[in-house]
Amino acid sequence: MSALTQAGARPFVREILGRSDYAIIGGLVARHAKVLDLGCGDGELLQWLAENKGVEARGIEINSSRVQRAISRGVPAYQGDIDQGLADYPDQAFDYVILSLTLQETRRPLVVLKEMLRVGRRAIVTFPNFGHWRVRLAHLLRGRAPKTRLFPYDWYDSPNIHFFTVKDFEAVVRQEGWTVERRIFISGHYLGTVLYNLMAEVAVFLVRR
Amino acid sequence: MIVTPQHVRFDSLPLDSGASLAQVDVAYQTYGVLNRSRSNGILLLHALTGDAHVAGISQETGKPGWWDNSVGPGKAFDTEKYFIVCANVLGGCRGTTGPASINPATGAHYAMSFPVITICDMVRLQKKLVDHLGIERLLAVAGGSMGGMQALEWAVAYPEAVAAVIPIATTSRHSAQQIAFNEVGRQAIMADPDWNQGDYYGGKPPARGLSVARMVGHITYMSDESMREKFGRRLRDKERYGFDFSVDFEVESYLRYRGAQFVERFDANSYLYITKALDYFDLANGRGSLAEALGQTAARFLVISFTSDWLYPTYQSLEIVKALRSRNRDVAYCELTSNYGHDAFLVDIGEQSEILRGFLASTFKEAA
Repeated sequence: MSALTQAGARPFVREILGRSDYAIIGGLVARHAKVLDLGCGDGELLQWLAENKGVEARGIEINSSRVQRAISRGVPAYQGDIDQGLADYPDQAFDYVILSLTLQETRRPLVVLKEMLRVGRRAIVTFPNFGHWRVRLAHLLRGRAPKTRLFPYDWYDSPNIHFFTVKDFEAVVRQEGWTVERRIFISGHYLGTVLYNLMAEVAVFLVRR
Repeated sequence: MIVTPQHVRFDSLPLDSGASLAQVDVAYQTYGVLNRSRSNGILLLHALTGDAHVAGISQETGKPGWWDNSVGPGKAFDTEKYFIVCANVLGGCRGTTGPASINPATGAHYAMSFPVITICDMVRLQKKLVDHLGIERLLAVAGGSMGGMQALEWAVAYPEAVAAVIPIATTSRHSAQQIAFNEVGRQAIMADPDWNQGDYYGGKPPARGLSVARMVGHITYMSDESMREKFGRRLRDKERYGFDFSVDFEVESYLRYRGAQFVERFDANSYLYITKALDYFDLANGRGSLAEALGQTAARFLVISFTSDWLYPTYQSLEIVKALRSRNRDVAYCELTSNYGHDAFLVDIGEQSEILRGFLASTFKEAA
C-alpha cells in the first residue's frame, strides 16, 4: 500500500487531499476499475482516482453546489439522494462502490449497504467509530451528547442520524453473510488493530457479498 | 463582433413523414477556428423561435445573438478554444428552408404544402451541415428546450459523431400539457382570418394570431415568481383601473409588446410546423423504450434543469438521467436554482456557465 510508510513502531498513514481515509481508499482501488462514490462532495476523490488510477468514475451527491463543482472538474456527478439514488443502476455495474464517512448520515443504512453490494462487486465503507474512547468518555463523564473531533456537531445540527461502532458494523456484516476482505483502522495518522473498537477513530472496510 | 450568416444548399432530404425535400438551404454561423485535428467542433442548437445567430452582433438587426452571454471569447462556449456552429432549423424562417421558402417545383411559397417535419428531420439536416464542414466527430452538441431535444436525437441517431451531449431544460418527449400549450398557439394563428389557410405571403400576415401564440408562449417561459417580481400588479401609465379593456396592467403591456415584436421577425407558418415537430418528439418512438434508445449512445452527457422551470420541469430531465443510469452511461446531472422559469438557461447563466466550462474542458482533454 503506497500510502503507508513505517514511522517508528506504528504504521503512519499519509493523507490524500488532506484525508487519511482517502489515502487508504486510494490504496484499495485497483487500476482502471469502475468506481461509484456515494456522497462524492466536490468530486475530489473521484478526480484523484481518475487521474492517478485511471478509474472510470461516477458520483452521487445531494448538494447542488457540490455537484456543480464536481461536474466543473470533470467528474460525472449526479444530483440525488443516496437512499434512493442507487435503484436506477443495473446489478454489478461497478467494481467498487465507495461510501466515505457518510453511512451514519443515511436514512436507511442497511438498505444502502445492500444496494451498494448489488450495484458493485465490492463496497468500500469508511465511517467514524462511535465506540472510540473519547466518545465514550465524553458521554460518560459529561453526560452530554458527544462532541469530539470526529463528531464535532451539536446534537441539534448534526447530519449524523445513526450512531454505530466498529463492532456494530461487523455484526451487520456477519448477519448479512458478507465477507470482509480488508479492514483498516485509523487513529489520527496512525494505523492500529489493538483494541480497535476503543482506539479506532475511523474504520475502513472492504466488503463483498 | 458583427456577424452575418452563411448559406449552403443540399440536394435532397428524406423526411420521417415519407415525403422528401428536393432542395434544402441551411443558414448557419460559425465562431472560432476548427483545429487541425477537427476535434474542437461544437454544434449549438436553438429553441423554438431562435436562429443561427447565437452570438455577436447581427449585421442585419444590430442585436446580440440569443446566447451571446454564453458564446464568445472566455465565455462558457469559449470561441478561443472551440469552433462553434449554429444553424437555423429545418422549417424555420431565418434562412433555412421552411414554409415561407419558394418551392422550386412550383415557383411559389410552400405555405401549407410544406411537408410536416420532425425533430429527427432537423437533426438529419444538421448532420449534412456538419459533414459539409468536414467534422467527423463533434466535441459536443448542446441546446436548451427544443435545442435539447435535438441534442438528445443527435446522441441516439449518430452515437459515433458526438463526444458529449448537453440537453438543458428539456424533455425526451412532449407531455400532454406541452402539446396543449402549443395547440393553443396554433389555434390562435389558424383562427386569424389573415392566416388564410397559410396562404398569406405577399399579403397581410396573421399578426394577431401569431402575437397571441407568442403571448401564451411567453407566459410558459417565465415563472409565477419572476412575473411577480417583474410586474406584480403594477398598472401601466395610470393611477387607477381604466374600467375598460385597454391596457391596465404592466404584464398586459409587456405581453402585447413581446407579441407585436415577434410578428416582425417570425413566420406564422413556421410557428405551426415547428410546434408540431415539438409535439411529435418522442425519443423512445420506434426504439423500444427511452432506456433502449439512450442505451445505444456512446457520448458523455451533461443534463441540466432549473428549479422554477414549469414548462420543462425537472422530472422530465430526471427521466432522461434515470434511463441513462439504468444503462450505466456516463451522465452528470444538476438542478440549478433559478427564479427565471424556463428562460433560465438563456438569462440566469452564472452557475450554468461554470459547469459548461469545466465539463467541456474535461471532455476536450479526454478527446484530445
